[in-house]
Amino acid sequence: MQAQEIYEKLKAEFGDAIIEFNAEPFFDPFVRVTTDKLFDICLELRDTPEFDFDYLACLSGMDYKENLGVVYHLYSIKLKHSFVVKVTVSKENPVVPSVERIWRTADWHEREAYDMMGIQFEGHHNLIRILCPYDWEGFPLRKDYVQPDEYHGMKVPY
Amino acid sequence: MSETKKVEFEYSQIDSERMRLNVGPQHPSTHGVLRLEVELDGEIVTEVVPHIGYLHRCFEKHAEKMTYPQVIPYIDRMDYISAMNNEWPYVMGIEKLMGIEVPEKVEYIRVIFAELNRIANHQIAIATFGLDAGAFTPFLYLFRDREFILTVFEKASGGRLLYNYYWVGGLAADVHKEFKEDVLSIVKQVRETNKEIADLLIYNKIFIERVANVGILPADVAINYGCSGPVVRGSGLPFDLRKDAPYSIYDRFDFDVVIGHGEVGTVGDCFDRNIVRFHEMEQSCRIIEQAIEQMPMDGDVREKLPKKIRPPKGEIYTKAENPKGELGFYIVSNGTDKPERIKSRGTSFVNLSVLPEISKGYLFADLIMILGSVDIVLGEVDR
Amino acid sequence: MGLLNKLDDPYYGGGIILGKVEDILNWGRSKSDWYLQFGLACCAIEFMAMNASHFDFMRFGCIPRTSPRQADFIIISGTVTFKMAERIKTLYEQMAEPKYVISMGSCANSGGPYWEHGYHVLKGVDRIIPVDVYVPGCPPRPEALEEGMIRLQEKINKQAIFNKRKRLAEEEQKELIISN
Ligand code: SF4
Repeated sequence: MQAQEIYEKLKAEFGDAIIEFNAEPFFDPFVRVTTDKLFDICLELRDTPEFDFDYLACLSGMDYKENLGVVYHLYSIKLKHSFVVKVTVSKENPVVPSVERIWRTADWHEREAYDMMGIQFEGHHNLIRILCPYDWEGFPLRKDYVQPDEYHGMKVPY
Repeated sequence: MSETKKVEFEYSQIDSERMRLNVGPQHPSTHGVLRLEVELDGEIVTEVVPHIGYLHRCFEKHAEKMTYPQVIPYIDRMDYISAMNNEWPYVMGIEKLMGIEVPEKVEYIRVIFAELNRIANHQIAIATFGLDAGAFTPFLYLFRDREFILTVFEKASGGRLLYNYYWVGGLAADVHKEFKEDVLSIVKQVRETNKEIADLLIYNKIFIERVANVGILPADVAINYGCSGPVVRGSGLPFDLRKDAPYSIYDRFDFDVVIGHGEVGTVGDCFDRNIVRFHEMEQSCRIIEQAIEQMPMDGDVREKLPKKIRPPKGEIYTKAENPKGELGFYIVSNGTDKPERIKSRGTSFVNLSVLPEISKGYLFADLIMILGSVDIVLGEVDR
Repeated sequence: MGLLNKLDDPYYGGGIILGKVEDILNWGRSKSDWYLQFGLACCAIEFMAMNASHFDFMRFGCIPRTSPRQADFIIISGTVTFKMAERIKTLYEQMAEPKYVISMGSCANSGGPYWEHGYHVLKGVDRIIPVDVYVPGCPPRPEALEEGMIRLQEKINKQAIFNKRKRLAEEEQKELIISN
């Protein structure tokens, strides 16, 4: 199914929760949705037979300088089509509903996004750091991150 | 002699306490620096908590600080066993953004090297899997063959392990003159050794006893966890990006997608995941033979290399079938010569996350086999 | 070099070697080094190739041990991250004296490709444990590691065992005096 059709079907169902649809050249076509409807939209995308997005290929935390975001790359193994969903949240209150209950892949990916970007996933069963040590400070992939000078008595810069 | 005292008890009266055991990060069977926190009830595994990040080398931070060509060596170092395959989706993505068509010869060389690297990867996977089960001889046989493959890589790129060979728009260097003969002799050698390995390891009675019906992963669970590659194909689902979303010139070759059938046990057990790798080596040999036949030997592999790599503003998710599964890169370009963000979907990272699910209820010794059958590389798990 | 070379210049017609007990001990130690089986990153794959058929590490008398308590030396084969650094230090401390360290690859030497932006990479393993031999390369070829092993054997061959003890004792005495 083409991205345009998926967008129209979603728009008919969720209305204002779909903020924008982008199919410019050099972009994989994506929709931007509001955070409060994200879980329902994802569930709809997985469970409707004509969408059938049973495979969450990638979940990326993003830093857009003014605010943060999460990008979901979906793929359907049976129907072989793909789709992209994006949400944007503010840096002061970066809370996104967790989709871990829909795709179990999201479990570790969300922990990684939390670890790297500091995005809070509401409803995640165990949101702790995954790559950095558990007592690491700061969120390394944010654009304004500065390296610490020392970690447990070891010098960090060269 | 005193009379033997009869002890009468019921099993339920025994105080059974769960034990928490720590495996790793330094452990010969964790294939690197993985730490598993295992909860045991006697010998039975009741819970596994993987702790990762012991090899977190900040790939995504480096990707933001480097120019596009400089990122390629860091991608090599993610999945260091199959570096050729790693570079491919990345350069493919940038070529797509910039609208570069690569010459025919380059495509063929890329396919041949990717498939050779797939064989080398599966050789390591099977060798270390056998090593976990206590079989040392196949390890030596397979590593001997792997050296031949590495020699060809070395002749082309100069590196034994990490190549920096696939460049945007072409290749770093041309192949040598006797390339075709060398590759064909490797294919022959691989087939011969595979016959031996089948007797020695794969269909060995002791080995089968060890791996059949262990770590069963149903296909729907595998999809929900996002598994790909031999892990999901072992569960009987023919999901292979080379067939499902053909990239490059894979639609020109005739090959089969190998899936597990539950030959000696249940579909989706450790044996199936291993046998998929084993038969995939044969399929790779078939692809290589066809590619060698069709490949043009004349033409320049560097003529299309762009001077400045500056993709237009945009973003793309590119993926390719790594030996371990789907490797994806989400590349966001802001129009300059440095990427805005690159997120890599590490194959092993996703595949490893299924381990707690499939190892519950098996013996502790089986846990090691299950981990070996998933075939992870810690460089890609932690990036 | 070493003990057997002395047979070239025999004393009283051959068969007799005049030498130090130290030489015998060092000869034995340098030809049967057991290493801790332990891999960190990409360099560990080259290290595995070193163990396998083509390069055959065992002809140096090197046998892998899985426990640090039985190992003579440790090869730091790869990138050391901060999460791992404390574990490596523990492993090193668990090894019995005399113990040696080979640092394999640029990462273990200096941080390698990750020296500038690697916020989570320790820039050189010599910041936490003392290193005897550095093997450069990213990754070093197995031949380079062989060379490193030979250098380590040379180093062991030249070591003074008894004088070292005396010296150490003297140093300890001095320290005691100072602290008192
Ligand atoms: S020195 Fe190079 S090959 Fe060795 S661990 Fe570091 S990055 Fe990998």
